[in-house]
Amino acid sequence: MSDGLARVQTAVAEAHRTEWSRVLAAVARQTGDLDLAEDCVEDAYVTALTKWVTDGIPANPAAWLTTTARRRAIDILRRNIAFRARAHLLVEPPTEDGPDMDDEFEIPDERLRLVFTCCHPALSRDSQMALTLRLICGLPTDDIARLFLVPIPTMAARLTRAKKKIAVAKIPYRVPDAAELPDRLTAALGVIYLLFTTGHTQPNGADLAEPELINTAFALARLLRVLMPDEHEVAGLLALMLLIDARRPTRVDAAGDLVLLEHQDRSRWDRAAIAEGAALIEPVFRSGRPGPYAIQAAIAATHATAPTWEETDWPQLLHLYDALATRWPSPVVELNRLGVVLMIAGPETALSELATLEQDQRLADYPYLPALKADLLRRLHRPDEAATAYRHALDLTANETERRFLARRLTALTQL
Amino acid sequence: MKYAVLIYGDESAWVGAPESTSGDLMTKHRTFMSSNSGAIIGGEALEPTSMATSIRDGDVTDGPYLETKEALGGFYLIEAADLDAAIAIAKQVPTYHGGVEVRPVWETGAM
Repeated sequence: MSDGLARVQTAVAEAHRTEWSRVLAAVARQTGDLDLAEDCVEDAYVTALTKWVTDGIPANPAAWLTTTARRRAIDILRRNIAFRARAHLLVEPPTEDGPDMDDEFEIPDERLRLVFTCCHPALSRDSQMALTLRLICGLPTDDIARLFLVPIPTMAARLTRAKKKIAVAKIPYRVPDAAELPDRLTAALGVIYLLFTTGHTQPNGADLAEPELINTAFALARLLRVLMPDEHEVAGLLALMLLIDARRPTRVDAAGDLVLLEHQDRSRWDRAAIAEGAALIEPVFRSGRPGPYAIQAAIAATHATAPTWEETDWPQLLHLYDALATRWPSPVVELNRLGVVLMIAGPETALSELATLEQDQRLADYPYLPALKADLLRRLHRPDEAATAYRHALDLTANETERRFLARRLTALTQL
Repeated sequence: MKYAVLIYGDESAWVGAPESTSGDLMTKHRTFMSSNSGAIIGGEALEPTSMATSIRDGDVTDGPYLETKEALGGFYLIEAADLDAAIAIAKQVPTYHGGVEVRPVWETGAM
């Protein structure tokens, strides 16, 4: 039996898209060596391109790929003269027989181990994000470099260093125990959220959003939701992303210029995404212990379900921001809260509270602080001070779309 | 797997500290050592950096190799199954105005 080359290529691409992380996670578990597992899984996909033409496309591609990669890994480990020295790394001893290329064979889902290893706090945030894209999403290094706007050799070196640290420092390949889990889960969710926000507002890009990164972040959040259905913060993160992303098409106008929430066309918001997000956090709030992501999702939901900007439930938002600040003390939360204070108590009050935040060194390079200050001063008819604040915000902002918005506001001021 | 747990601290914090401070810290270290005796291979507290002598390209100078606010003040050598286990032990190391760094020991296999 044989299959046409075109059909095989489609099947391999499909298996890469849907099964990569599951296959890699299983092989890594069996070999105890992530780097080796990655090479062997890559090889298995290449082998599939020719093997499946002659032997036919297997009924269970994931099982075929896992078995092929695992056999290759064991071969290499056996041949390696250092095999004995590194045998202690093996999670379980590799066996000659093991599961066969049987269609019935269910590969165990080890992807959570992979997630927690890639998001280990001993790795830098940049490395965590790059590793997650490479190992869990299976993205080629070139694509990851492009998404983060760094040269390919830089990204390749970053990935190599991260994988070396996993091996040398012996970062374990396992799901953290109950005592460590809350902190480690927060770190893993932070990586996914950072991928999402990086996609949402490209730090130095020309366009505001990078859809591929956003889609990847969604795939990861949904994967974690399947793997950890009882974790409230996983539901909270997915809800937050859905509720923010529902507004994506209205964040820029036809000319690609930034449109503030206040002026966005609410009829174009994605109602299905808003409903899914709201439904996700509902049981979390009923449980009475919403975490930071669930609270942020509730803030986004309050905006997403308000019929108009004027009819937004500001007291509810203030209550949610206060709850968030208690759970997660952060100057960024305080700054966002001031946007609500502005609507309830007016610009004068918001400006006096902003003065305290200006002393916080952690916000020294945060462009949204001078941007808010400029807006408050503009509302208070203090154009000279507002202009100074807009210039300061411009100095700190790299995204082109945001820069154009700030520059327009500045021009409008000086023409008064 | 061996890890070095390097203890860093601000030496200037000791100036004017109550006399009982160092005794208290030693007591805490003894407690740490006895509750982790299975993992600890060795370790020492070091004299302050003012006692240090550095040699760079054969040139002998007074003082520490690196002039930093927080200087290396001591270390433990521990045995742990993996980095998470090492971090769990390192978190218990008592410190005074400082923190610790966990470094995997290079296993050359030659020693």
